[in-house]
Amino acid sequence: MVPLSCDALGVRAINHELRALPAGGTARVVHPRGRHNLAVGIPSPVSITVEGNAGYFLGGLSGAADGSGPHIVVDGFVGWSVGENLMGGSIRVRGSASQSAGSSARGGRIVIEGDASLRAGISLKGGTLAIAGDAGAMSGFMAQAGLILIGGDAGHGLGDSLYEAVIYVAGSIASLGADAVVQEMTDEDLLAVKELVQEAGFDHVDPTRVTKVGSARQLYHFSTHNHGAY
Amino acid sequence: MLVSMLEALDERGPDSAGIAVYCDDAIGRESPGRPGCLKISLGSDDPVEWQEVARGLTTRLGAGVDWQPFGAGMVLSIPEDLEAEARTSLATNWPEIRVLATGRNVRVLKGVGRPTDTCARYGVADWAGYMAVAHTRMATESAVTVLHAHPFVPSRDLCVVHNGSFSNYATVRRRLVAAGVEFDSDNDSEVAARYLARRLAAGDDLDEAIRWVMKEMDGFFTLVISTADELSVVRDAFACKPAVVAVADGYVAVASEYRALAELPGIASATVFEPQPEEVYTWFR
Repeated sequence: MVPLSCDALGVRAINHELRALPAGGTARVVHPRGRHNLAVGIPSPVSITVEGNAGYFLGGLSGAADGSGPHIVVDGFVGWSVGENLMGGSIRVRGSASQSAGSSARGGRIVIEGDASLRAGISLKGGTLAIAGDAGAMSGFMAQAGLILIGGDAGHGLGDSLYEAVIYVAGSIASLGADAVVQEMTDEDLLAVKELVQEAGFDHVDPTRVTKVGSARQLYHFSTHNHGAY
Repeated sequence: MLVSMLEALDERGPDSAGIAVYCDDAIGRESPGRPGCLKISLGSDDPVEWQEVARGLTTRLGAGVDWQPFGAGMVLSIPEDLEAEARTSLATNWPEIRVLATGRNVRVLKGVGRPTDTCARYGVADWAGYMAVAHTRMATESAVTVLHAHPFVPSRDLCVVHNGSFSNYATVRRRLVAAGVEFDSDNDSEVAARYLARRLAAGDDLDEAIRWVMKEMDGFFTLVISTADELSVVRDAFACKPAVVAVADGYVAVASEYRALAELPGIASATVFEPQPEEVYTWFR
C-alpha cells in the first residue's frame, strides 16, 4: 500500500488515485495538513486512512445509492461538512468535526469520536450521524430522513424545522428548535440506538437513557389561523 | 509565520491583501520608546514619488519628520502633535495619497493582486514585529482598490479585519457620518471599524466595544481586532464565517482555516479550537 502524500500530490491527483483503487483495496493519505476535498466522490468499497487533520468536505459525495461505499478513517480532526451528501460506506473521525457534519448525507454512516460544531446533520436525507461528544447549536436543522445520535450534550435550537429524521441525545439539550419535540422511545428506537451505539463503539452511551427528538409536524402545512402573519 | 499563513489562503482572497505589523522599532532618528512619536502608514492607488513627498513634508512640517519606504508606500514618523498638520498637508498637496494607518506601533501595507505576490514583492517574510494581522480579500460589497483593502485602522493602533458581510452597514454609516465620522471608502467592514473606534473613544474597553458591534451591526462576520497590546476574535451568532485558533507555546494564531495554521512551528502540540459564536476571545501582549 503506497502512501499518498499531500506534500507530493495535489488533492485532485490523490482523489484520482483513490478512485482507481479496486474494490477491497486500501490506501493511506499522509500529511493532509487540513487540505479540503480529500477522498471526495469515491464510489467503491475501499479502505482509506487519512493520517492527520483534514479540511472541508472530507469523503463527501462518496458511496453508491445501494448504501455501499468506502470506509474512511481520519486520524485527526476535520473541517466543515465532513461526508456532505454521502451516499454509502462509512466515515470515522477520531477527533472533532467542524460545522455541518454529515450535511445532506443520503446514506452511509458518519461517526465523530470527538465533538461536532454547529449545524451537525443539517438537511440529513437518510444517512446516519453518530457524535460521541457534544453537538453545536442548530444541529439537525431541517433534517429530512435518517438518524442522528449525540453522545454528549446538544446545543440550542436542536432539530429546528425537522422533517422525518430522528435525533437521540444522551446528554442534555440546551433548547429545542421550532417544531422539534421530545417523543416517547419505542422498541424500534431502542433497537436502532443499541445497534448504532455498538457499531460506533460508544461505550459511554446507555441506549435506555437517551432522549428522542422528532418533528411535531406542525410546520408541514399552512394553517389558516396563521394567515394574519403573512 | 504570517507569510506562510497568508500564502496557504492565497486563493481565498486573490484580489487584494493588507498586512499590519506591530513593532517597537524606531524609524530614523526616533529613540526607541520615545514618547510623542506617531507612525503614519501611507499608500495610494496611483504611482507616487515617495521620496519627493517625504522631502516636501519635511519642508512643511519641520525637522521632526522621519520616514522609510514601506511596501508600496511609506511610513512617516512625526511628533504626535503634528498629526493634524501632516494630514492637512497630505490632503492638500498629494490628494492621491491616503493614510492607511496611524499608531505608535502599527504599520500597514496594502496591495492589489495575489497576497503571495504582495508578500514576495515587499519581502514581508523579513519583517519583524510582536504581532501581525493579514487579510486576503475576495470583494463582494465594494470595489477592489488599495483603499478598500483590509485591515482598517480607524484610530491609533486599532486594527480591524473582517470576513463576511454586513447588511445594515449603510444605516450605521449614515449615523456615523451625521456624527462627523469620516470614511476612506464605501466598504462595509470600514463601517464596523469606525463604529468600534467611536465606542472606544467614548470610553468603552475593547470587550464592551465589540459587544456593541454585535448588537448594532447585522450580518455575517468573523472579526479580528487588535490594539497595541490586545488581540480579539469574535464570530456572529450563527458562526457563518469560519475561524480556527491555535494557542501554542510562545504564540497565538488565528486564521479562517486550519490549513493556514498547519505549517506553524509546534502546531502538533498546540491547542487548536474554533471560537464559539458571539463569544469574545482576547489575548494580551
